[in-house]
Amino acid sequence: MNNLSDLEKTINSELTTKIKSSKINHKIICLNIESDDLLEVILFIKNNNKTKFKQLIDITAVDYPEKERRFKLVYLLLSHEFNSRILIDFSINENEIVSSLTSVFPSSNWMEREVFDMYGVKFKDHPDLRRILTDYGFEGHPLRKDFPLTGHNEVRYSEDEKKVIYEPVKLEQNYRNFDYESPWEGTEYIKKQTKKND
Amino acid sequence: MRVLGKEQNILRNKQKKMTKEKKTLNLNFGPQHPAAHGVLRLILELDGEVVEHADPHIGLLHRGTEKLIENKTYIQAIPYFDRLDYVAPMNQEHAFALAIEKILNVEVPIRAQFIRVMFCEIGRILSHILNITTQALDVGALTPSLWGFEERETLMTFYERVSGSRLHANYFRAGGVHQDIPRGLDEDIAKFCQKFPKIIDDLETLLTDNRIFKQRNVDIGIVSKQDALDYSFSGVMLRGSGVPWDLRKSQSYECYDQFDFKIPVGKNGDCYDRYLCRVEEMRESVKIINQCLAQIPSGPIKTLDAKITPPPKKELKESMEALIHHFKLFTEGYRVKKDEIYVAVEAPKGEFGVYLISDGSSKPYKCKIRAPGFSHLQAMDYLIKGHMLADVPAVLGSMDVVFGEIDR
Repeated sequence: MNNLSDLEKTINSELTTKIKSSKINHKIICLNIESDDLLEVILFIKNNNKTKFKQLIDITAVDYPEKERRFKLVYLLLSHEFNSRILIDFSINENEIVSSLTSVFPSSNWMEREVFDMYGVKFKDHPDLRRILTDYGFEGHPLRKDFPLTGHNEVRYSEDEKKVIYEPVKLEQNYRNFDYESPWEGTEYIKKQTKKND
Repeated sequence: MRVLGKEQNILRNKQKKMTKEKKTLNLNFGPQHPAAHGVLRLILELDGEVVEHADPHIGLLHRGTEKLIENKTYIQAIPYFDRLDYVAPMNQEHAFALAIEKILNVEVPIRAQFIRVMFCEIGRILSHILNITTQALDVGALTPSLWGFEERETLMTFYERVSGSRLHANYFRAGGVHQDIPRGLDEDIAKFCQKFPKIIDDLETLLTDNRIFKQRNVDIGIVSKQDALDYSFSGVMLRGSGVPWDLRKSQSYECYDQFDFKIPVGKNGDCYDRYLCRVEEMRESVKIINQCLAQIPSGPIKTLDAKITPPPKKELKESMEALIHHFKLFTEGYRVKKDEIYVAVEAPKGEFGVYLISDGSSKPYKCKIRAPGFSHLQAMDYLIKGHMLADVPAVLGSMDVVFGEIDR
């Protein structure tokens, strides 16, 4: 654990202006940065002898529709040498374009394609920004919170047309999202009273 | 596979450009191809028999697992993990269970940890048998798969006896495992462990020094150390290239630090080395299972915190308290406090990770699944460039791809 906080300090002292906040959470160093600084920060922690985060583990996004800067992009890296993990995140708004990491890590190619496919985040200088997991000709970005769980289209084989056809989703029964969350946690004033009694 | 209009044009334009210098042939490999290991559509650009470029099209098995998990409670989300890498289901559940436990800060009883380790290693053997034997099948050896699948069947009955299901176990829960191992199962697993090394030897006599198998695998699909890191390889793909890295040792989770086992590491980073690594890993797994069986203590198999794990069936009939807990757990589910975590385990195929964001409710706000095969398959173009068409199944086989986890 001591090593990890040392590492955090090193990164903080070297990249002072770039880092908005940093913490250690569940044995992972978490850095919050600005989207413009992404390439610089990544290049630094990859190549610096004291950090050596040589492997990109994953890139993903999180959707917070109610926030002004809607998407939080998350980059996970691993340092084999120092046996530590780092998480870099920053928020962007819906139309912001993020710089691609493909020049630094070739493996970021598909990961960025996936983020693009699932969330619609665009990457600058990406060599091949196509959809990856969804169907050919798919519309929308499924992991956005405003995308319905059932999707928009369904496919079936049509005996008349002798081919697979796309149709709008028809549900026999509306999708029901049961809310089981208990209101019985006790109202505020009762909680206060019980505390006093304790 | 029907090529859509847009794509057809791209292909045609590509071909037009090529005709000036040399003629290349575009070949669709899959999605219905026995050597594609599932639903992979690989578009190969061939110059004669040499592969110039490979473009894997994935997503044919995409089920939107991550979206579904966001709409289910934590308990309901566990079965989705069985359906990722469906040849080693429990290893995936493990990552998810660990993630929840770390956020909830739950202590897992030591007996449950031993059971989990034991079944993770059974999963590793399951996966490696499948991979080794199908890789052999791809390069022309039929017998190993017949011998290997018999053993897989035995292992899957162990899965069935402990969880009630051969494949989709839903056995690892946050806080422990679903139920204790039935009487007699430990003896049968011990019996299996006794005879299985002999079967690995038999498989090796068929493959390790086999002239054809070596011709097809040695020096094929070589990955250098640097490239293995750059392409985010993990597991055998990384160790085959000589990087001694195994999460069970380096970032030990559960009770792996109590066991004595070795991490086999390759030298050349080719398909053959990866095969050898897998064989050795199976032997190490047997060792771990044996140690588990010898040391397993008695005690509870899930945490006693009634807010997280359901009460025993017997209590339901007698205790009102237990009945309420049971009802609330299986309708609302337990709530997980607001947090963010990334947990990785060493699945048979490599680093399997779960990046979980909880928001205090009983459903995950976000659950990103990091599948090892995704990064491995991505490197297909780099691995196969300049190889012959016949090497495609060999390389694909040694990558150990399963589309359940890649497409998610």
